[in-house]
Amino acid sequence: MLHLAFGRAPHAHAKIVSLDLSAVRAAPGVVAVFTAADIPGDNNVAPVAKDDRLLAADEVVFMGQPVFLVAATSAKAARVAAKLGRIDYEALPALLTIAEAKAAHSLIEASQVMRRGDMATLAAAPHRIQGALEIGGQDHFYLEGQISVATPMEQGGVHLLCSTQHPSEVQHLVAHLLGVTSADVTVEVRRMGGGFGGKETQASLFAAAAALVAAKTGRPAKYRADRDEDMQITGKRHDFTADYDVAFDDEGRIRALRLELASRCGCSTDLSPAINDRAMFHADNCYFLENVEIVSHRYRTHTVSNTAFRGFGGPQGMLAIERVMDAIALHLGRDPLSVRQTNFYGPKRNLTPYQMAVTDFVADRLVEALKTAADYEARKAEIDTFNASHPYLRRGIACTPVKFGISFTTSHLNQAGALVHAYVDGSIALNHGGTEMGQGLNTKVAQIVADVFGLGLERIRITSTRTDKVPNTSATAASSGTDLNGWAAWNAANTIRERLAGLMAARNGVAADSVVFEGGVVRAGDEALGFAEVCRLAHFNRISLSATGFYATPKIHYDRKTHTGRPFLYFAYGAAVSEVVIDTFTGEHKVLRADILHDVGRSINPALDLGQIEGAYVQGQGWLTFEELVYDARGRLLTHAPSTYKIPCASDRPAVMNIHLWRAGDNREPTIHRSKAVGEPPFMLANSVFSALTYAVAAATGDPRPTLDAPATPERILRAVKGSGL
Amino acid sequence: MPDKLRFYLDGEIVTLSGIDPTQSVLDWLRYTARRTGSKEGCAEGDCGACTVLVGELENARLNWRAVNACILFLPMLDGKALMTVESLKGAHPVQSAMVDLHASQCGFCTPGIVMSLVGRSMGACGTAGAEPAEVLAGNLCRCTGYGPILKAAEQVASVPFDDAPIREALLKLRRDTLLVLSYEDPLAGLTRRAYVPRNVDDLAEILIENPDVRLIAGATDVGLWVSKQHRALPEVAFIGHLMRDIEVTPQGVLLGAGVRYSEARAALADLSPDLGELIRRIGAVQVRNAGTIGGNIANGSPIGDMPPALIALGAELTLRRGETRRTLPLEAYFLDYGKQDRQPGEFVESVFVPAPKAGDVVRIVKLSKRFDSDISAVCVAVHLRVDGAVVQGARLAFGGMAGTPKRAAHAEAVLTGHPLTPERLAMAAEALRADFTPLSDVRGSSDYRLAVAGNILKKLWFEIKNQGGDVLGVAHG
Repeated sequence: MLHLAFGRAPHAHAKIVSLDLSAVRAAPGVVAVFTAADIPGDNNVAPVAKDDRLLAADEVVFMGQPVFLVAATSAKAARVAAKLGRIDYEALPALLTIAEAKAAHSLIEASQVMRRGDMATLAAAPHRIQGALEIGGQDHFYLEGQISVATPMEQGGVHLLCSTQHPSEVQHLVAHLLGVTSADVTVEVRRMGGGFGGKETQASLFAAAAALVAAKTGRPAKYRADRDEDMQITGKRHDFTADYDVAFDDEGRIRALRLELASRCGCSTDLSPAINDRAMFHADNCYFLENVEIVSHRYRTHTVSNTAFRGFGGPQGMLAIERVMDAIALHLGRDPLSVRQTNFYGPKRNLTPYQMAVTDFVADRLVEALKTAADYEARKAEIDTFNASHPYLRRGIACTPVKFGISFTTSHLNQAGALVHAYVDGSIALNHGGTEMGQGLNTKVAQIVADVFGLGLERIRITSTRTDKVPNTSATAASSGTDLNGWAAWNAANTIRERLAGLMAARNGVAADSVVFEGGVVRAGDEALGFAEVCRLAHFNRISLSATGFYATPKIHYDRKTHTGRPFLYFAYGAAVSEVVIDTFTGEHKVLRADILHDVGRSINPALDLGQIEGAYVQGQGWLTFEELVYDARGRLLTHAPSTYKIPCASDRPAVMNIHLWRAGDNREPTIHRSKAVGEPPFMLANSVFSALTYAVAAATGDPRPTLDAPATPERILRAVKGSGL
Repeated sequence: MPDKLRFYLDGEIVTLSGIDPTQSVLDWLRYTARRTGSKEGCAEGDCGACTVLVGELENARLNWRAVNACILFLPMLDGKALMTVESLKGAHPVQSAMVDLHASQCGFCTPGIVMSLVGRSMGACGTAGAEPAEVLAGNLCRCTGYGPILKAAEQVASVPFDDAPIREALLKLRRDTLLVLSYEDPLAGLTRRAYVPRNVDDLAEILIENPDVRLIAGATDVGLWVSKQHRALPEVAFIGHLMRDIEVTPQGVLLGAGVRYSEARAALADLSPDLGELIRRIGAVQVRNAGTIGGNIANGSPIGDMPPALIALGAELTLRRGETRRTLPLEAYFLDYGKQDRQPGEFVESVFVPAPKAGDVVRIVKLSKRFDSDISAVCVAVHLRVDGAVVQGARLAFGGMAGTPKRAAHAEAVLTGHPLTPERLAMAAEALRADFTPLSDVRGSSDYRLAVAGNILKKLWFEIKNQGGDVLGVAHG
């Protein structure tokens, strides 16, 4: 096995003038060294726009970009040798921040506008305020870093064991990179040690490196990024700025809103167009915006290319509108929750800014139920009393709702396949196009298949996701894993079941739809046979025990030119009440309690759903509080390991967390078992933490204009409390 | 001279020679022993995915510690017992509870979490009386939000474990000679050497002969030089088993340089509850179980987890070279950024922490982005001797404010000789601007550091009046 390491550029933006790798080649343990010139096919690892290089050819566009690739007999030998490259660069001016890119008009695509109604209303309403919010990025910090192992196969083929959410994309990119066909490349994923969107497009770089070495040397090759490298060279959640100009009435009901979003996309396109679109799609959250203009700028900078991360732009768009709600409430001196409720979607107020009717709105009922369960009013009154009496601590409370659109907004991605085999001993091998990253997808899909056959879960074996079993899959992303693959697997299993039912019906002279599969037994008329016996019978009767299944999400369509249509099959809803305390001397805070009510439709597996909800909330809490990406003036990420980049640890979880699935949950759309997607929506429940902090800061300052930016580190909280002069 | 290191693992004595003496236990487990249950999540002792248990004989009992294998060097196992997640054979009650309660999602952090909780179930170092969240502060999980894991911990607090056979085995591994490991390093192209001295006299002798030998106690800092920077250390001496005495007298606490944070915590908390709380907030269990207070002082970090507090309390440091010892005030040891008053061949032997007098005001505050397992942005330690209402003596020491842990002479002067009032404290806060010009870095800007250091002095007024409290002490509504 060869172990790999990248030689990386020490500039955010530079031309490569000359490359001398003789010392690298001569280093102990080094077997081979490759540059862009050694790539037989396309030097590209980008998902859509072909603008991410495996190895920089002449220009470096972000700090730490891979320039050459070392293959050595050990990881240490490779990493030590990778530091020995002698490369001359001509440094070029680098744009690092949103502000710098804005000044230079550096964009990855044209700014997008979603508009509806009459913006003249802005000037006509009783109240009008403006404000701005900065929203930080976030590193995925999956515990298992990026890793791929490539094994050369016959006829120029390669097998890749890869930690990726998108095996098909890795397969296609590697095929193009090696100049072979997709059929020559097999990508296999057993499971990931966490993904969160960070292995949707970002795994390709490491997979391509391993595949290149395997193809070139004929030896198996492994790329395992260490934590620092992983954090330095993979994309993250986009940082955003949001500028709002909002007009409203005395109740706080919005008459008109102009929202200008800007994000740092980094050095290439990656998935930024869709991510920023999703920010726009969620800038309404649960609120009807009659007259609205949402502008979205996607800035190109010389930093890592930002990418998918749980929520995919939704959290940033949603946080912006929640800030608007808090600003309105502070301006009017009203309860922020009542302002939110006043603005909820409702009858005749149900059209989103992109012209999709919200027909399944339940956030109003959810919020009302949670408000009671969490004792919001009484606690808020008690908090106000505390704030009036304590010399320097201030508490805050907030209830924020979530409405999250489910489907890939790029419509053709909403498809999935599955492959199911029944064996003559009655065991089932199940394969589907989704990937397991800890979210429990494999368990849910296995449950669905077990249910079709009336078998216990122990009879179902989920095999690793492989591109040679189910082809042309979509990423396991957009919370869609179960919605898509669950139906595909159901369809595959049902095809086999129908064949078995037909056989049993014919043997017993009954109708096929009267055959019952239950408790490991198949009943037709008076005959009851064990499932294994039925499979054996089918085999003797030359009936296929293998089937594929397919599913494509119905009803969805979207016109990106006008930003109108129905991008989502349905919405998932939730609400959270968070309580915090801040210290106005130090800026420290603590999240004291969280109450959550979340809608997962009819839950396929409540334990898994609750796990997703709690994990998402705490991850969102980290995004808005401790997790700070700090770059130096040259564009070097300084927070590239857990010593400096702080994700929540066990004691940061609120000491009291009451999490419930909404009992009335249902799905009006015919999703698998009427369940709802759960991966991303609860991430945004943590917006309540930020609003609660905003409340506490306002209690300290009495200032009706909120100034707290995210993440709310002690320093940002102290600045918000004291004003920027500290 | 012996050249093989030996340790106990699952009923066998593992004997290793010709190894890289700064190979991590984690790499050995994964690449050589093929025990791949322990994971590398960060290679710097911050995520806990590689948590293993190490047992060592202390007097007659076996002292178990959860530590991070990624920054534990193999020779540090000599004469000890190692337990990894594989040792449990999937059958430990902690593992069952984790499964039953859905406490594992992606699973990558799980083995480390299991080992931390198994350690707790055995009463391992640093876990007695600690809340599950404290025991797990050094085990990051990105999936679960921790709730089910904490529940599993509550369910399985204690599991009997008979370590008599291991004690027996370890008795036979005791050494009475110096262990020297020699390694031809193909990557660095040099012969590297590691010493495991029998006792402090061995160490003193080694350092006289070769003052450039790098001393490694807990490896919580030096470990990263290897795991992150891939440095080849030519000569090292492992001294974590030496200078381990804690002596408590009415005058104060004398700590041998090899006393680990976890072990010093109780004695120091008795001197000042704030000092105990400071230790609780240094690293997490695994780091406190490895890092030593002597090592923390010796390496002279500008943050210096412990030194600001120890300086404020008037701690004295004893250095030794050969048979010669000298004692100096701790603050005199820190000369400048990266520069300490340590002569060639000299080493830190002990630190004496005097007990505050009754009526003294002692307040130690650590500020960081995250409460647990984070490095201070600012550490403030205040020690005031108050006679009547008047401050007779003031020792204010700060970490994160200068190139070294440092006292604030101007602020001390402002306070000394005056009654303690909010106005005085505000003046002292202002005086810090004359004492410090802090840097801006990832942990905080210069402005923030100055402002917050001053605010902590102002806040002191409320704390003295018992109108204070902080965010960690507030209960939800």
